[in-house]
Formats: sequence, structure tokens, C-alpha cells
Amino acid sequence: MVGISLRDKLAILSDAAKYDASCASSGGEKRDSRKGGLGSSGGSGICHAYTPDGRCISLLKILMTNFCIFDCAYCINRVSSNVERARFSVDEVVDLTLEFYRRNYIEGLFLSSGIIRSSDQTMSDMVRIARSLRDIHAFRGYIHLKTIPDASPELIREAGLYADRLSINVELPQDRSVRRLAPEKRPETIRATMAQMRLEGEAAKEKSHTGRLARKFAPAGQSTQMIIGADDTDDVAILNSASRLYTGYRLRRVYYSAFSPIPDSSAALPLVKPPLMREHRLYQADWLLRFYGFTADEIATGARDGNLDLAIDPKLAWALQHRGLFPLDVNRASREMLLRVPGFGVRTVDRLIAARRNRSLRYEDLVRIGASVKKARSFVVLPGWRPTGLIDSATLPSFFAAKPEQMKLL
Amino acid sequence: MIYAPSLPERGTFVAWRNVARLLMSHHVPPDDIDWSGRPGLFTPRAIPEAVGPHNVNVTKNFLKLSESVVWNSDPERFAFLYKALWRLRLRDGDPLSQSDVLGRRLHLLAKSVGRDIHKMHAFVRFHELPSPGRRRFAAWFEPEHYILEPGSHFFMKRFADMDWMIATPRLTARFEGGVISYHTGGRKPPLPADASEELWATYFANIFNPARIKMNAMRSEMPKKYWKNLPETRLIPSMLAEAEERVARMREAGASASRPGAAIISTRYRNSMEKIEENPKNLKDAKRSSRQCRRCSLCEMATQTVWGVGPENASLMIVTDQPGDREDLTGELLDGEFGAALRELTTGAGFDFSEIYVTTAVKHFKFRPEDGRRIPLAPDRAEIEHCLWWLDMELAFVRPRLVLALGTAPVIALISDGNALELRRGAFETGRHGGRVMIAGAFSGKRDRAAKTRNGAFEVEAVNEFSRAFQYLKTHV
Repeated sequence: MVGISLRDKLAILSDAAKYDASCASSGGEKRDSRKGGLGSSGGSGICHAYTPDGRCISLLKILMTNFCIFDCAYCINRVSSNVERARFSVDEVVDLTLEFYRRNYIEGLFLSSGIIRSSDQTMSDMVRIARSLRDIHAFRGYIHLKTIPDASPELIREAGLYADRLSINVELPQDRSVRRLAPEKRPETIRATMAQMRLEGEAAKEKSHTGRLARKFAPAGQSTQMIIGADDTDDVAILNSASRLYTGYRLRRVYYSAFSPIPDSSAALPLVKPPLMREHRLYQADWLLRFYGFTADEIATGARDGNLDLAIDPKLAWALQHRGLFPLDVNRASREMLLRVPGFGVRTVDRLIAARRNRSLRYEDLVRIGASVKKARSFVVLPGWRPTGLIDSATLPSFFAAKPEQMKLL
Repeated sequence: MIYAPSLPERGTFVAWRNVARLLMSHHVPPDDIDWSGRPGLFTPRAIPEAVGPHNVNVTKNFLKLSESVVWNSDPERFAFLYKALWRLRLRDGDPLSQSDVLGRRLHLLAKSVGRDIHKMHAFVRFHELPSPGRRRFAAWFEPEHYILEPGSHFFMKRFADMDWMIATPRLTARFEGGVISYHTGGRKPPLPADASEELWATYFANIFNPARIKMNAMRSEMPKKYWKNLPETRLIPSMLAEAEERVARMREAGASASRPGAAIISTRYRNSMEKIEENPKNLKDAKRSSRQCRRCSLCEMATQTVWGVGPENASLMIVTDQPGDREDLTGELLDGEFGAALRELTTGAGFDFSEIYVTTAVKHFKFRPEDGRRIPLAPDRAEIEHCLWWLDMELAFVRPRLVLALGTAPVIALISDGNALELRRGAFETGRHGGRVMIAGAFSGKRDRAAKTRNGAFEVEAVNEFSRAFQYLKTHV
């Protein structure tokens, strides 16, 4: 690769990295540079810029190389693709990261890679980059390393020493889709790596009998990504799969990425418009799983033929199927039930509970506290408001349906 | 209006707190103070210098809120805060609650400050300045509120090893040699071209996916008022203009022919991958083969296949129902509480644990997620029967003289008949493989729970059963 400029490499290797949705830089270990080094981390993540696709730029998200021996149909970097190839040297990645960081463009590095020669060779090259940032340049910013499928447990352990977050992509929600579209990937070894990362993380948090902490391991935990719409898996199966991943491997996040057309596509996958609304509904359902006490089966009761309603959000869809539980007395209902009211978020519920300790809440208070009253009012009762008849009305769902839109001329 | 305190631009919070404390200690009502900072028609009274007779105590919450509100550019911010202090003293409702009109107002002011600080941390863009020694950087930023002072701490912690300057219209922060100082602000300073800025633009343009335009999401997080100081936003119009065409080109191009040489690489790699061997020659090959097992659907739920452990020439084989939660994660049978309990109890009965072969009827963990935990579920008959493929292989290679069936699934697997188990406890029966099977009851049911709720009676029964197995092996050579 003589003659290719750093700028061209950056163009190729960031273009190759854009299909990974993960961008988080939050959580993890509190660090700063007051006692030497460069950078800080540990607070809430910062999004330094946004691109017109609505995704944030928090980390320098690049591939170490887009050469790859795997042939995953959905991926632009698969071995059979004719895309232009490039490879960064260790120093190039390190310099780009540090110089971008000093100008306050980024929170740190998110490094992934195509697989060259072998999984272990690739992984150990990536670890070298992270080690150089940490040990030679005393970089205290955020590092997210994508682990390579089938990399050895020792290399995963070493990666966890330098990275704040590790991730490995399950890629598709069902094993058979992985085997069909990514024939070199094996779902069982991907899960085994996730299990290892969970156990290493837990072991690092336990104090030994002398009170010393065990060696560090990815303090910001692990995440994964699933591509939506590249196979025929329905939303309920996707959520069940996500729920198993959360409970089994204590993932911080499951990212859902609407399958998006790639240049130089494979015949195995037709190019379609990415299902952005479906992706959005899945994220909403994912939030219900993690913060609202819903199970995947409960969310499924609001789904149609296994898929989430695209017209209304999954919590509202669930509530419309369980009208017998409503209207809820806001002054008496438990936290668990308040969380199930459409239009009430976690913060709203906490504020309601804090405020109702002092006095009885009235309808006007809901607005001030920040509830989305238009949505919530059909499901609650409190002084100043009674949703007469609404809850039983057969036309209730139409209250929430999107307004008809004027068709645009072509 | 009787008092008209004027507050400085720097150290505003401390200054406001001192004045408010003095006025409150003299029990001055809010209506007697003009916080606007503009001189009125009448000469105001001097702020008392000595502390008055009234105690001024505030909660931590109030301090936290006011520490944020004072930086807001709303001219009424100081008056609102003082009004809240006053109401706290009079015990007039809760002026800090989100459901109070004043409280809501204060929270919104604080939130707006917090957001502005956050955006400053995100959108300050440093340019490198020439410097012979320590590296120097400078930035120009236009915040909505007076946040340079509270917003600078973040940069002090993050960029301690370089000198930097952030200029804003009202105030300029300089960090030199590790010391921060604030100076009067003004106009945008000249910022030299920076080589990294071009690379940053390259990155911005290439990380963008033209197939998914979501302008609203972008504008809500990166409001247009900040754009003029963000170099990369200049690229947005052309990125948008080209997006549709790029997607159209992708669609027209459709699937491409495979890159020459790719097929060879794929074939070579796929041939090197582990495969299921139909006729493994020994226990080790069988184990390797089992890792790819997809005979039933459990493999998709579980992490991995968990194979038996023990010597290939063991006289005793113990079969339990399925791996437990931890064993599923580590892939090692007996890693965990159950393994420890089994070791202890068999040793108590006279066995050398390392001479026993232990395995499971079903080799994948079956569970359902509930409240963030995985609750084991009993495998069904079909799953047990699919897994006989592997259990029979283990029986054939190990050829134990006695098999101990711990629980329902192992009995079904080994003898086919799982009925009336209570009555058959302790019985020796003939297994499908033709050898002797002892039905042990102590561990039946959920093995993780059995291991956890160890009590006297259970242990006695278990040791008793293992002792009978021990005796059997001794007397039946």
C-alpha cells in the first residue's frame, strides 16, 4: 500500500466503519489528566458532532484495516467485495486519535477491524494500538475495542486491560441467519466470548481477601449489535433474543441497526430502504425492557403478527391491549404501574412520587412535572381530571394515530 | 426598591450567595430588592455589612440548584432564587419542587445552563497555535449563558498537559502552565489554519451514511445556532445534496461480481473450520464435535455445549439433568456450587472424585430470563431424546460399570421410563445401554437449588445413596 495518503486511508477506513451503530462513551472508570497524561473519562458521554444521518460522533470510529478473509453478505468489507482496501499502521491510528482528541473533536477511539491472516493476529494488532495509547502516550480518554470472533481468551483478557468497553457483534438475531449470511462466524463462539467478558468483568470488580482490586477489565462493560431487516426475524423474536443477551451476559446495550444499502452489494441480500421506523420502535421496546420492568412477552402482547406497531409506540400499544388496568390513580399507584402509563418517563415518575409525598397532585401538576399529558390523560385519574368514557371507547387507538399527511407531488 | 446589589461577572455564585445571606439575615423581603443590576431612579440603600439576627440555613438541594441557576442569562434569575429562599424561610410550600410554579421555573433555568455547558464541552473546537515548548491551542465559542467559568473545569481536567484558551464574547479563559485565569472577552481571535481540521472534515464526510437521512435528529442535538463555529457543518449541504444520488447509484449498480481470488480464500478458511464428525473415534473427538451441535433448538438459547468431565475409564458415571447457569457461561461442567457439593458428598461416601465421570442428560442450558436472572427450566422429552446421541457416545467410550441417574431427565435418558420415580428411588435397573443404572433421588429436581439449599437431611440422604453405589462397585467386580 505504498502511495496512499493518510487522508485517503482515513476516508476508506471510516467509510468502512460507519455501519456499526454503537457510539457510547459514557460510564466506566473516572479518570483525568491532572496527575499527568492526556484526557479524561467517566462522566456522561459527549457527542461532539452529528452527521445528517442523525447519528452522533463521539468516538473516532475506524477500522484498523478493511482487508478481510470473512465473507459476510451484509458487510461492505467482505472478502468478495470490490471495495478499495487500506490498512493503518499502529502509529497512524494513535496519532489520529491523539490529534483529534486534543482539538476536542472526539471522546476517544472506537477501533474495529476486518480479519487479516487469523483472528488472533488481528486481535493482537488491535491490542497493540490500545496498549500504545495507554502505556506510551498515557491516554486517559475512552477506548472501545471490537473483539474479533474466535480470538483467544488471553487476547480478550488483554484487550479488557486497555479498553473501557469491549463488544462483539451477534450480527443477526437468529443463529441460522448468521450461518447463512456470515458462514465464517459461529454464534456459539460469539456467545462464549460474551460470557467470558461478563465473567472477567465481574471478577475484576470483586475485591480479593487482601482488599486489593483484581486487574482491570473493560470498566464500561460490553455491548453488541444486531442488524435489523437483513433476515426475516420478527420483532418479538428479536426482543427475546435481546432479553437473553441482557440477562445472560449483562450487556450494557444492544444496538439495533437497520440494514442499509451498501455499495458493491452481495446478491444474497437485496438493497432496500433501511427500516428506520422499525429500528426506532425496537429501541423504544429495548428501553421498556431495561428501565420500565417490561418483559419481552409483555411487549409482544402489543405487537401484531410478531412485529411492533409502526404507527404507535410499544408502550402505548401495550396499554391499549390492557385497558382493564387503567385509568390509574396517580396519587396512589405504585411506581411499577406508573412506569406503565404511556407518556410517563422514568424521570416523570420519580418526580411524581417525590411531589406526591407532600401533597395530593392535581392535573395541572402533570404538565409542570414534564409528563406528556396528551398521551397520558386517557390512562390516569387525579383531582381535576377524569377520563370519562375514553378508556372504554373503541376509537381510543385513533386518538393516537398519526395525523394524515398531505401527499407530496412528485 | 430599597436595596440594589450589583454582582460581578466572575465568581458570580459566591458573590450572590454572600449578598443573599446578608439580606436574609436582616429578613429583607424579596420585594425590597432590585437584582437587575441597573441603577434605578432612587439611590439604593447600602447592603448591610454585618450579619443580621436571623439564621440562614439552606438545604444542599437549594445550593446545588442555585449554583447552576446563577449562570443563566435570564435577568430575573437572582430574584427568583431569592424568592425561593424567602419562601423556604416562611415554609410557604416547596419552592424547589418540580410541581411548584417557581420550582419548575428554577429547574428549567438550571437545565438550560446544564445543556449549554454540555454543548460547550461538545462543540469547542481547538486550533493549534505555534509554540516553541508546551503545545498551545485556542478556540472561540459563543454560549447562550454565562457558563465559561463553570464550563472550564472540564477542560482543565481533560487537557492538563497543554496550554489552551477559550474566548467568548463576555469572557476569555486562559490555561497556561496548569493555571487558569479569566480575562475580559471580546471578538473572535484570529485562529490559524490547522492541519488536523482537514482530516476531521474527511472523517465527518465519510462516517455519514447517505442511505439514512435524519435531519431532525441531527438538528435537535446540534442546534443551528452553534453551526457557525463548527468547521465540519460547512460540508452538510453538499453531503445532503449528493446523498440521494449516491443511494440511487448503489441501487442501480446492484449486486457486483465477486472479487477475483475471494473464493479461494473462503474455501480455504471454511475447510479449516471445526465440523461435526459423524463417527468420532474417541471421547476427545466427540467432545470437539459436540461444540457444533444443533440437534435441538436449545443451542440458540444457551451459550455453548457443556461436555462431561472425568477419566475415560471411570467405573462410575454420574448423569445429572443439564448444565447450570455458571457452567453454561464458563463451558466447564462442575464449575460452581453444584460441582463443589458433588465433590464433597461423593468423597464423604468413600469415592475418589477424580475417578468419577460426570456428565449431563442434556448438554445445553435451558432457561427463561426473569428479573435479570436466568431461571433453569427442565428439558422436555424431545430435547432429552435429541441429546441421547451424545450421552450414548459417552457411555460407549467410558463403559462404566454403574451409572448414577440424578433426577428425572437422566432417568428418562438412561431408561426411557420416567414414571413413578418416587417409588423407584434407590433401585438398580437396567439401562438402554445394557448396563446397571441406579436411580438416586437426593439431587432430583433443580440441581442449582439442590446445591444451594443444602441441609442435614439432604446431605445424609445423598451420602447414603453414594455409599450404596460405592458398595455396589466394591461387591460387583
